[in-house]
Order: sequence, then C-alpha cells, then structure tokens
Amino acid sequence: MAVLDILKLPDPRLKQVSEPVTGFDAALQAFIDDLEETRQAGPAAVGIAAPQVGVFRRIVIIDCSTTRKPVPNHGHLILVNPEITHWEGYEPGREGCLSVPDYTGNVIRATQIRLSALDRHGEPVEYEMEGYEARAAQHEIDHLDGILFVDRVVSRRTDLFRRKVYQKGGKKNVTTKGTKNTKD
Amino acid sequence: MSENWRMLTLIGRDAPGIVAAVTGALADSGVTLGETSMLRLGGNFTIMMMVSGEADEARLRALLAPVIEARGMCLHVDPIEARLHEHLVPNVQVSVSGADRVGIVAQVTAALAEGGFNILDLDSDLAGTEAEPVYILLITGIATESVEQIEQRLAPLRAGGVSVNVTPIETYIG
Repeated sequence: MAVLDILKLPDPRLKQVSEPVTGFDAALQAFIDDLEETRQAGPAAVGIAAPQVGVFRRIVIIDCSTTRKPVPNHGHLILVNPEITHWEGYEPGREGCLSVPDYTGNVIRATQIRLSALDRHGEPVEYEMEGYEARAAQHEIDHLDGILFVDRVVSRRTDLFRRKVYQKGGKKNVTTKGTKNTKD
Repeated sequence: MSENWRMLTLIGRDAPGIVAAVTGALADSGVTLGETSMLRLGGNFTIMMMVSGEADEARLRALLAPVIEARGMCLHVDPIEARLHEHLVPNVQVSVSGADRVGIVAQVTAALAEGGFNILDLDSDLAGTEAEPVYILLITGIATESVEQIEQRLAPLRAGGVSVNVTPIETYIG
C-alpha cells in the first residue's frame, strides 16, 4: 500500500484519455488499494480517478456516504470501465479537485444517471444514481476522458437562484439554462 | 513574485474590448494580475483587479491613461495587503427575493452577521418590471450555525412576504 503522487494542473497528462481495463490480476488489485489509500489521504476527497495518479486506466473510486448531511448513495464504490448509459435533469453544484488545488467552482451536471461498470474483480454492476453521487460519478468519469471540472465550470453568477425554483416544480426534466453565461 | 499588491478599480460605460485594452496595457509593461472580478452593474463596466509589479501608482495611472481618457473611465489605485492561494470554501447559500423595498440587503445581512455568518460572495439584482420590481439577493458564505438556525434568523423577513431559501453547499472534491 502506498499513497501515490497526484498529478496537478497544468500537467498535460491530465488531458490524456484512459484505456479500458482488460485484466483483473493481482497487480490491478494492488493498484486499486493504492488508489484508495491516496483518495483517503487527499484532503476531503470523496472520489478519485486512476489518471489523477498517472495511471491511464479506466478506474474510479467514489464514496458519498460521508457527507455532512446524508445524501442518497451506494456507499464505497470501485468502478472499472464505467459507462453512463442514461442522463436526466441538470443542476449546478460546487466542485473542487485534488488535481486543481485552491479552487472550487460551479459545474452543471445531470441530476440522475444510470451507470454500468465492472467491480474490482471484473463482475458487471449497474447503479442508478442521483444528486451528489451522480455528480461524483460524472466528475470522476470525466477524468477518464481527460476532462477536468475547470473545463466545465460556469460563472458563480449562473443560475444558482433559479435552481431552487426548478426543484420546487420537481427535479425531473428541468431545463438546462445559463450554460453560455460563463465569464472569462 | 512580488508581494507588492495594489487594488485597481476601474469604472465606466460598458463597451466591448475594455478588458483587452486595460489588461493589454498592463501586460505590455510587465504588470502581473492576481485575482480579478469584472461585473456589469446597471450598464456600467466595473472591474477590480489585484495587480503587482514594479510599477507604482503614478506609473499604473500613466499606463492606463490612454484607455481611461479615450473611454471616459474612473480609476482608483489603492495599496493592499493581499495573499493568493487562500480561497475559502462556502458551505451555505442564501437566496432571497421579494417585491423591491428599501433595506432588504441590510436586514438579511444584519441577521446573518448576528449569527457569525461570513459572506464570501454577494450579488443582488433587480428583476421584474419597472412597475413591479423584484429584488433578488444571492449570498454564499461560511456558516458556523446550522441551516435551521439561519432560517430562524431570517424568519422575520419571510413573515414580511420575502422569499428566503437557505441551502447547504456540499462541495464535491474528487
């Protein structure tokens, strides 16, 4: 077990697209343990993706069971070759990243997703996720495609007020708004 | 990097190209930017920029004189104590809206201040129509009290017909 070094912006490797995992051998298990140890060492890190430690394989870990206010979640998840198969709804929320120290910003994410993946032993799994956990999965899967939250961040003035209005009318099928209002 | 920071505040009639003209003049003379914020307020261009470098106030004014004079803008330059890389992360958002009247911001922020709420970001705006203006106020900050306690502090506003939403901000880090 070891805490691995986190790649940080502007390291160009964070833009690299990761390759699917094909073998579930002992080396993979050891790496997943290291990735988890690194996640736990990161300040307040809820999730982590393999490319953040310079391993360009499609592996992410999320654990949304420890928020201040409990949110719907599936506990500690190791997701290998994850694919989002369904998106619904949009809402902004605040994100930060181990690879982008000292910056947080608002990002618009789907509020409900369906996701298929393999577990650490190669067994297929499927999850329906909502809210914060759906955000976590989208943030981490973005890393696998070389996308950082700063590539998606919207202005702090964008849409945060309207979000509440949408929620009162029901979270589903909300209109996506304001994504073009980013400010340089 | 020099720790010799100044806050440069620039105000004028809004038009395309102001940021480019201002930052271009600064960059050409090696002036470094720190954190900046540009907003359009009531049709006015406003920007505040942390700047640092060898240039003193007189030099900064000279650098920007052509842009300022051409566009009839106002400039303030103030020495500041500043540090970068010390962002605070908000944990609560307060949004308020209601029929416009004098004192909404004062009332909301006084209630928050009593509870030790540290405002990190505040925007307010007038929506609606001229006949029926609606005041909208958005605050994010760091609360030491619970959402319920803050709601209680703001309850008198709600009773006065103002809509108040207090929501926790759970920042995702990953």
